[in-house]
Amino acid sequence: MTTYIIRRLLWLLPILLMVNLLTFTLFFVVNSPDDMARAQLGNKHVTDAAIAAWKAARGYDLPLLWNSEASGWSMLSQTIFWQKSVQLMLFDFGVSDAGRAIGADLAQRAWPSLWLALPSFVLGLLVNIALALLLVMFRGQWLDKLGLVITVIIMSISGLFFIIGGQYVMAKLWHWFPISGYEPDGDLWRFLLLPIVLGVIAGVGAGVRWYRSILLEEADKDFARTARAKGMSQWQVMRKHVLPNGMLPILTGVVAVLPLLFMGSLIMESFFGIPGLGSYTIDAINSQDFAIVRAMVYLGAVLYVFGLILTDIAYAWADPRVRLGDD
Amino acid sequence: MPTSLLAVEKLSVQLTDERKLVDDVSFSMQKGEVFALVGESGSGKSLTALALMRLLPGNMKLSGRVSLAESDLLSLSEAQMRQVRGGRIGMIFQEPMTALNPLMRVGDQIAEVLQLQTALRGSAQRQRVIELMEEVGIPDASERYNWYPHQLSGGQKQRIMIAMALAGEPELLIADEPTTALDVTIQAQVLELLLSLQQKRGLTILFITHDMGLVAQLAHRVGVMYKGKLIEVLAIEQFFKSAHHPYTRRLIANALPVTEFRSPVAHSETVLSTEALTVSFAGRRKGWLLRKQPDTIAVNGIDLHVNKGETLALVGESGCGKTTLAQALLKLVPAKGRISFLNHALIGMSEREMRPLRKHLQVVFQDPYGAFNPRMTVGKLIREGMDSLNVGEPSNRDARVAELLSLVGLEPAHAGRYPHEFSGGQRQRIGIARALAVEPSLIICDEPTSALDVTVRGQILTLLDELQQRMGVSYLFITHDLSIVPRIAHRVAVMQAGNIVETGTTEEVLTSPKEAYTQRLLASAPHRYLQQRLA
Amino acid sequence: MLVLWSDVVVWLLVLSLVGFGWQLKRDALARERWRLVAQSHTALASSVILLWFVLIALADSIHWRTDDPYRPVVSVLDVALGKMATGQEKSYSAPFAIESLWKETRQTEDGSVIRAPVALKYAGTHLNDASEQATDIVQQSIFWLVVGAGLAAILVMLLARLRLFKDTDIPWRTAALTLVSLSALSAWLWGMGQSYHVLGTGKVGQDVLYETLKGVRTGMLIGGLTTLLTLPFAISLGIAAGYFKGWVDDAVQYTYTTLNAVPGVLLIASAMLLAQLYLAQHAELFASEQERADVRLLLVCLVLGLTGWTGLARILRAESLKLREMEYVKAAKAFGVSDGKIIGRHLLPNVGHLVLIAVVLDFSGLVLAEAVLSYVGIGVDPTMPSWGNMINLARQELNREPVVWWNLFGAFAGMFTLVLSANLLADRIQQVFNPRATRS
Repeated sequence: MTTYIIRRLLWLLPILLMVNLLTFTLFFVVNSPDDMARAQLGNKHVTDAAIAAWKAARGYDLPLLWNSEASGWSMLSQTIFWQKSVQLMLFDFGVSDAGRAIGADLAQRAWPSLWLALPSFVLGLLVNIALALLLVMFRGQWLDKLGLVITVIIMSISGLFFIIGGQYVMAKLWHWFPISGYEPDGDLWRFLLLPIVLGVIAGVGAGVRWYRSILLEEADKDFARTARAKGMSQWQVMRKHVLPNGMLPILTGVVAVLPLLFMGSLIMESFFGIPGLGSYTIDAINSQDFAIVRAMVYLGAVLYVFGLILTDIAYAWADPRVRLGDD
Repeated sequence: MPTSLLAVEKLSVQLTDERKLVDDVSFSMQKGEVFALVGESGSGKSLTALALMRLLPGNMKLSGRVSLAESDLLSLSEAQMRQVRGGRIGMIFQEPMTALNPLMRVGDQIAEVLQLQTALRGSAQRQRVIELMEEVGIPDASERYNWYPHQLSGGQKQRIMIAMALAGEPELLIADEPTTALDVTIQAQVLELLLSLQQKRGLTILFITHDMGLVAQLAHRVGVMYKGKLIEVLAIEQFFKSAHHPYTRRLIANALPVTEFRSPVAHSETVLSTEALTVSFAGRRKGWLLRKQPDTIAVNGIDLHVNKGETLALVGESGCGKTTLAQALLKLVPAKGRISFLNHALIGMSEREMRPLRKHLQVVFQDPYGAFNPRMTVGKLIREGMDSLNVGEPSNRDARVAELLSLVGLEPAHAGRYPHEFSGGQRQRIGIARALAVEPSLIICDEPTSALDVTVRGQILTLLDELQQRMGVSYLFITHDLSIVPRIAHRVAVMQAGNIVETGTTEEVLTSPKEAYTQRLLASAPHRYLQQRLA
Repeated sequence: MLVLWSDVVVWLLVLSLVGFGWQLKRDALARERWRLVAQSHTALASSVILLWFVLIALADSIHWRTDDPYRPVVSVLDVALGKMATGQEKSYSAPFAIESLWKETRQTEDGSVIRAPVALKYAGTHLNDASEQATDIVQQSIFWLVVGAGLAAILVMLLARLRLFKDTDIPWRTAALTLVSLSALSAWLWGMGQSYHVLGTGKVGQDVLYETLKGVRTGMLIGGLTTLLTLPFAISLGIAAGYFKGWVDDAVQYTYTTLNAVPGVLLIASAMLLAQLYLAQHAELFASEQERADVRLLLVCLVLGLTGWTGLARILRAESLKLREMEYVKAAKAFGVSDGKIIGRHLLPNVGHLVLIAVVLDFSGLVLAEAVLSYVGIGVDPTMPSWGNMINLARQELNREPVVWWNLFGAFAGMFTLVLSANLLADRIQQVFNPRATRS
C-alpha cells in the first residue's frame, strides 16, 4: 500500500509542475509585467519611470528565465521564473502586489474559510444522504416523485438567489441572524449559521439526485435481493447492505473535495463578509492582484492533488477488494 | 396419501399493463421431494420462485393462492412474511458472484439469518455459522468466517449461499439455477453437496433449471413451463419416457446426447496449424523499483491443426485460455510461436500484409447481444466485411446480403432491420451470415451456442453443419459444453490452464479418454445422468 | 446591416441544431427514442418553451447600425419590442407605476417648491387621470391575453389542418396548451409593455422587462456555444484515450488532471483578467462598445469551453474502454476495418447518447454559472444585458428604501424558466437514452 501511495505521488508531482509552468506562461509570458503595471497604475498618463518603479518594487524587473548580466548561480536564481515560480513550488508564496506577505494572509484566512465550509459540507452531506435514502425507500411512489420534482426545481435556481433571498428575508426582514460579518472570538455561530443553512439548501437539489441514483444502483443489485430473501425488512436491507455499498463511491467523492474546503467559498464569503480565502480570492481578482491569484492557483492545485491521494487511501481502506487484493 | 408441504393454486404474475408473465400455475410438493421446474429462458420459472417468496419487482402484480403447510403466504402481513423468508423458505440464487454483499464478511452474512430467524446470539451464533460452513464443505471454516466474498472461488461462494439458505432450518429450499454460472467440475461438486444435504436433512427442494441432465440427476417430479404456463407435471420416470406434450418431447429430444460419432475427414489439406503458440500478458510492475512481475501465460505453447472441411472442437473450462487462443489466431492479441494459415506465417505479419488473409479467417461470437453494433442495420452489418475487404462487386453486394440471409434461414427483407429486433437465435444466424459474407475458409466459433436455449441451440448446430457440407468451410469450435461436441466435431482438443492436454477424434476422446482431466470433465457432465435415465 | 461575431455563432448554432434534426430523420433508432422523449408531457412542454427562448435569441441576433447616437446598433428584437426598448426613464420606477420611485424637488406652477415623484415619460401617458389606471390595466390585460391566445389557437388549428399531429402517442394537447399560454403571456407582456413598464425600470431608467428579454440571448449563447466548444475536445480526446489506451491515454489523462487541478474559477479568472488587459489595450480594434462587449462574451465562452471539456472526456474515455472490448469491435477488426472507421462507425454512434445528455445538462449548468462569473467580475461585459449583471446590481438595490426587487425578479424569472425547461428535458432524455445512468 505504501509503495502504491508513493507511486501515485510520483505520478501526481508532475501535475503540480505543469500547473506552475502554466501559470508562469499565462502571467509572465503571454502577458508581460509591463501590462500588469499598466493595469494597476491605469492605462493612460502613466510614465515609463512609474512602470519601472512598480516593477522593481515587486521584483518583476528581472529577466524571465536567464539572467545574462549576473554570474554563476545568480544567472538562474535572479530571474522571474526562479523568484516567483520555483519559490512558489517550495511553498514560498512571496508578497502580494499590494505589498502584503501572502503566506501569512493564507494562514490567517484559512480558518474562517474552514469554519464555514466544513460544517456546510458535513451538514449538506448528511441531509442529502438522508433524503436520498428516503426517496430510495419509497421509490416509484408519490414521495419519490414529489422529491424528484422539488430537487429539479431547486437545481434550476441559481445559488445566488438563495443567498440574496435568504439574506434578505431571514436577516434583514426577520432579524433572525446578523446580515453579515465575522467575530472570531465572540458569537462565531451567530454569523455562520445563516450561510451554512443557505449552502445546504442550495446544494440539496443536485446532491439528493446524485446520491439517490448511486443508492438506487446498489438497491438493484443481487445482494439486496439475497438480503430480502433472508427475511430482512426494506429498511434493514437499506441500512445494512445498500447504504454501506453506496457509501463507497460517495465516500471517495467526498474525500477528494475535502482538502479543497480550505479554499473557501467565493460567493458565500463575500456575501456574508467572512474574511476567508474565498473573499480573499475575489478581492484579488477585483483588484487584479496577480501575485495572489498565482498563489491561490498553486494552493488549489496542491490541495487537489492531496485530495486525489486521499481518495486512493480511502478507497483502499473502505473496500476489502482493494485492501485485501494482491496489490 | 402424504399431505403436501407446498400447494400453489392458480398463481399468476401480471405486469401493470396486464401482460401475464406467469399464467395460472398450480402444483404441489410433498415433504422431502425434489421438484424440478424446467423451461427455457423467459418461460416464467424464476418469476414463479420469486412470487412464492413475494419478492417480485414493484411493477408486477401477484394473484392466486400459495399455502406452505397450513399458512396462506399471499395473505400474510409483510412482517409475518419476513419470518417465512429465510426462516421457512430458503433460497439460493443463480449468480454467486453478485448475490453476496462484497463489503461484508461471509460469516457475518450467514449470521444475519440466524440473527433474524433464530434465538442464537453471540458465540453460539458464531459457532453455528462455522458448523454450517463445515456442513457445506468449506475448509478451515473458523478461519474463513472472516473472509470477504472476493477471496472465495465461485464454487465456495455458492456453498456459502447454500449455508445461508439452510441457516434458518427452512421447510422448503428454492434453488434457482444454482449451478448455471459454474464450471462443469465445480457444478458437479455443488450438486453432490445439494443431493447429500437433501438426503441427510430430508430437504424439500424446488429446483429451477433449464438443464435436462440436472433434472435426471436429482428430481423426483418435473414441472414443465412454457410461456408462463405450467404445461405438464410428471414423475421423473414418466418424464423422460412418456411425456405427452410435444414441447416437453422436443425439450428432451434436444438435450439427448448424440451417441453416433463423426468419422474424421480423410486426407485433406491443412488450413490452419500452430506450433508452440504462446500468448502472455505482461505482468504488472510492482513495488518500489517497479520490478516487473512474471507474465501471465494464457496460452502455453500450443500445437494444433485444422483441416479443410473439418471441425475441431476446443473444449475447456472458463479461464483455460481458449478465447485468448481464438483472439491470437485472429491477430487481435499479440502472440509468439508459429501460426500457419493457408501456408502463410501469420506471426510477424503486418496488418497490411494480413488484410488479404482476413477474408479467409472469420469469427462468430458467443454473446448474441454484444456481437452487433446496435446502431447499424443488419444489411450494413453483413456488408461491412465485404466493403472493408473488397469482396465481390460493390453493385452486387446488396443482392449477396439477401442471398446470405436466406442461406442462414432469415428473410432478405430483414436487411433493413436493427439487431435488437431479433431473438438470440436469429442474431446468431446473422452472426454466421456476417462471417460467411467474405467467403472464409475457416470460421472460429467462440461458444456460439452457450447463450442460447436448448431448442435454438440444436437449430444453430444443424445450420453450421449444413453450411459446412455445402461450402466445405472449416470450423474451430470453442465450447465448454461436452454434450454438443459429438453433434458438430470431427476431432476434439481438450484445453486446461493454457495447455492442450488431449487431442484425438471425437469418438476416442469422448469414449476412452486417456488423461485424468478429460475423464474428470466427462464424469462431471450432467448429461451422463440423462443417458442413465433413458437406458 | 451589422454582423456581430456572436450573431454568426448564434445562427451557426441554430443551423447545427437543424442539421442534427435532419440527421435524426434518417436514423430510425434515434427517431424512435426521440418519440419516447416527446411522449412525456413535461418534456414536450419544456421543448416548446425552449423553442420560444431560441426564437427570442434569434430575433436578437440580427443587428444593424442606426443614426441614433443613443442607440447606434439595434436588433430585430429591439424594433419588435417597440416602446419597451425605447422608453428610457430617468431612474427607478416600480412595475406598472406611472410615477418615478424617487421624489424630485421642483417648482409647481404657482411657485411653491414641493418634493414629489414625477410622472414617467413612457408609462401611462395615454391616461387622462391617474384614477383610470386600474381599469385601464384590467381592460388592456383582457384584450392582450385574448389576442395572444387567439393567435396561437389559430396557428394550432392551421397546423392541425396540415395533419401535423397524426402521431397519437405524443401529447399534442399539452404542446398546444403550452403554446397558447405562452403566446397569451407574451402578447400581454408586449401589449402592456407599450403603455407601462411591466417590470418597472432600473437604475438608469431602462425597462427591466426589456433587459430581461435581452438577457435571453446572452444566456443561450453562454450555454449553447460553450457546450458546443467543449465537444470537439471532449469527443476526440475522450474516445482516443479509451480506444488507443497506452501513451495516448496517459497524455489525455495527464492533461485533464492538470486542468482539473487548477481551481475552476481561478483558471477562468486568470484567463479573463488577461483577456481584459488585452481588450483594454486594444480598444481601437472595436468600433462600438457593443462590439467590444460582444468579443468579450465570445471570450468567456471560449475560456469556459477550454476548461469545461474534462468531465465529458472522462465519461467518454470510460465508455470507449468498455466499447473497445465489445465483440462487434473485434468483429470489425477481424474484417480489417481501420481504426478511424471503427471509431467513426462503431464507437461514435454508440456514445452519442452520453454526449447528448452532457450537452443538455451542461447547458443549464452554464446558464447558472454565468451569473456567478458576472458576480465575481469575470463574466460578460458589465454593459452587456445579462441576468448575471442584473443580479449583481440587484444586490445593492435590495438594501434601498423602498426596496427595488424587480431587477432581481426579472433575472430570476428568465433564468429559472430557461434552466428548469432545460433540466426537465434533460431528465427525460436521460431516462430514455440511458435509463441506468447516474448523473454527476
